[in-house]
Amino acid sequence: MKKVLIIVMTLLISGYISAQETKQGAKLPSVNVKTLEGETFNIQNINNDGKPIIISFWALWCKPCKKELDAYNDNYEDWRDETGVKIIAVSIDDSRSTAKVLPFVNGKAWEFEVLLDPNGDLKRAMSVNMIPHTFILDGEGNIVYQHTSYYEGLEDEIFELVEKVAAGEDISGKQ
Amino acid sequence: MKKIITVLIFTFTLTSAVSAQGFLSKSQVHGSFEVDGMYYQADDALGITDEEINGNVFGFNGFADIIYTLGDFSAGFRYEAYLPPIAGFDPSLDGQGFPYLWASYTTEKFSFTVGNFYEQFGNGLTLRTYQEWTLGYDNSINGARVVYEPVKGIILKGVYGTQRYFWAKYEKNGRGIVKGFDAELNFNDVFSSMADSKVKLIIGGSAVSKYQSDQKESLKLPQNVGAFAGRFNLGIGKFNFSSEYSYKINDPSAINNYIYKAGDALIFSGSYSTKGLGIFAMFKRIDNMSYKSDLDVTSNALDINFLPAMVEAHTYMLASMYPYATQPNGEIGYQVAITYKVPKKSKIGGKYGMGISINYSQINDIAREKANDSTDGFYEPGTMGWKSDFLKFGDQVFNRDLTIEIDKKFSRKFKSIFKYIYQDYDIATILGHTGDPNVKAHIGIVDMTWKFTSKKSLRWEVQGLWTQEDKGNWAAALLEYTISPHWFFTIADQYNYGNKHSYERIHYYTGSFGYTLKTTRFALTYGRQREGVVCVGGVCRQVPASSGFYVTISSSF
Repeated sequence: MKKVLIIVMTLLISGYISAQETKQGAKLPSVNVKTLEGETFNIQNINNDGKPIIISFWALWCKPCKKELDAYNDNYEDWRDETGVKIIAVSIDDSRSTAKVLPFVNGKAWEFEVLLDPNGDLKRAMSVNMIPHTFILDGEGNIVYQHTSYYEGLEDEIFELVEKVAAGEDISGKQ
Repeated sequence: MKKIITVLIFTFTLTSAVSAQGFLSKSQVHGSFEVDGMYYQADDALGITDEEINGNVFGFNGFADIIYTLGDFSAGFRYEAYLPPIAGFDPSLDGQGFPYLWASYTTEKFSFTVGNFYEQFGNGLTLRTYQEWTLGYDNSINGARVVYEPVKGIILKGVYGTQRYFWAKYEKNGRGIVKGFDAELNFNDVFSSMADSKVKLIIGGSAVSKYQSDQKESLKLPQNVGAFAGRFNLGIGKFNFSSEYSYKINDPSAINNYIYKAGDALIFSGSYSTKGLGIFAMFKRIDNMSYKSDLDVTSNALDINFLPAMVEAHTYMLASMYPYATQPNGEIGYQVAITYKVPKKSKIGGKYGMGISINYSQINDIAREKANDSTDGFYEPGTMGWKSDFLKFGDQVFNRDLTIEIDKKFSRKFKSIFKYIYQDYDIATILGHTGDPNVKAHIGIVDMTWKFTSKKSLRWEVQGLWTQEDKGNWAAALLEYTISPHWFFTIADQYNYGNKHSYERIHYYTGSFGYTLKTTRFALTYGRQREGVVCVGGVCRQVPASSGFYVTISSSF
């Protein structure tokens, strides 16, 4: 047990140092999620033709998440025109409410893509502790920013960052 | 298992050491941690005295989860500590260690994991392992898992191992060994003739078995208990249907009081949705479907399957007073929901539109007839228990819930949510308040937000709960000031003004503030926690009343 730990720790430290050195954001893990139609889909296959992507974790039972996504939806048209950003909302609802997500999303008239992560596989692989948790990916698919919790007005900040990313600025070390 | 991991990691270290340069630049480490601490105070009004606390003034739950990735290889662990667990968490969690340790190799078609893992077959009616930190729940399997995708559209999974039981090691003749197999077929991917069809069809099936040696002298128990399930998901344009049926052979256990009845469960749901309108309906029935890898365990642990509680999940303070939990020995019910967005610039919708959602659910006991000759009722050990008509509702109402919600934005600065809830709640069955009548409660909530500037806003809630039963009427209010993206300040009070006993008309006040920097969050709360139930993912834990400071620090990187 202890040996395992020591080895793992060493690996981690070396990995961490190298991650610091390269300054490159992490990529998405290879994890299967589901579309609202139930189709299995590897999250690594998402792309937006070199434009930024926002990935936001939410659930039907999470009030601030729904507020955040409502705010994104209100601005989505403008954001897309200006930066070409694509929003993907990943629902971590489990089988109590996965079947409710599709009619809810349509009923809300949300314009962005919604994926299901019913057993939290992607949530775990991306180290999401609590929701809402939002990631910004640059055009190459590097995770350049992440944020937990939502307060009124966060969407403005997120969009400012997306504008910078779309303009090719490196924001991974900032804020 | 640990040996395998050691060998894997060791081999891996060796290979990587050879090509240290490439290795260092390609590897990634990320993870998360959280620390929750509680400092308890004596509180006369809640009946908490210094003698009762008896020096145990601190509760502490913490974890750190680390994931290491190099190309197709990844490995990780989670360290957990409960020193001692915060009040309301299972006392068996007391301790510290590494309950979650894994390594996996994943390519496009193939994935192999050893160590602890989380898996779900279909809706989880035969198998679901998961972790829920806020409940202290973790039933991960420690063993091996293979996922294989021979062609696009076919996914095969196999799992083998034993489940986590707090800190207890697996021992021979102890808890059971779990084996499972699942297959899923997507017709639109596999059959080229359906590739562009409007009809989307996915079917799946699973078989799970647990082996636990029979150590009982009084009863002869099945040592291998099998559970099977079939499911489909069918989309036709704006309609979507999904269903799963599961059957389990006889499985006498402490939960069903050792009866020999087989169990089954059915979930069926359908929806119709188009932009601005979503309609959802669902039916479910559960009959004797508790499935644990130790037949003597009754606590929230060692569940092999997952029986989803399909009711509206409430989060507002007073609305979450009476949360429903699935009754594994039998329940039948349905749920309907409508979500509608009144269009922008219409008469009712106004400039910004308006959202309306209505949800109604009812869950009853199943209709039972005795299937044994004993005079002791359905739960007589060693008998067949009961028989039940498949579609018949029993007389006992476990839960009814009507929720109507309207959300409206009045201007750029001002928006609000109005909510009305009616609940009928079998407090005797669900919370074990034997002999108490069903609680029938009306709840009203107003939630308003005023945005001062683009970053600063004030949100306030006013809530009321009116009932003749249990503790009577409640009123609650909350005030929250936020400065995006970093700060929040909240004060709240829940007042049980309608309690029959004047000495129990208590204010449960709290004050809290928090700071968030990217993914790091710190929050401190001072005040009283009311006795209650916290439910997440269909599992609930009882939380005792307490008073004091609560601090939480969470981060991910």
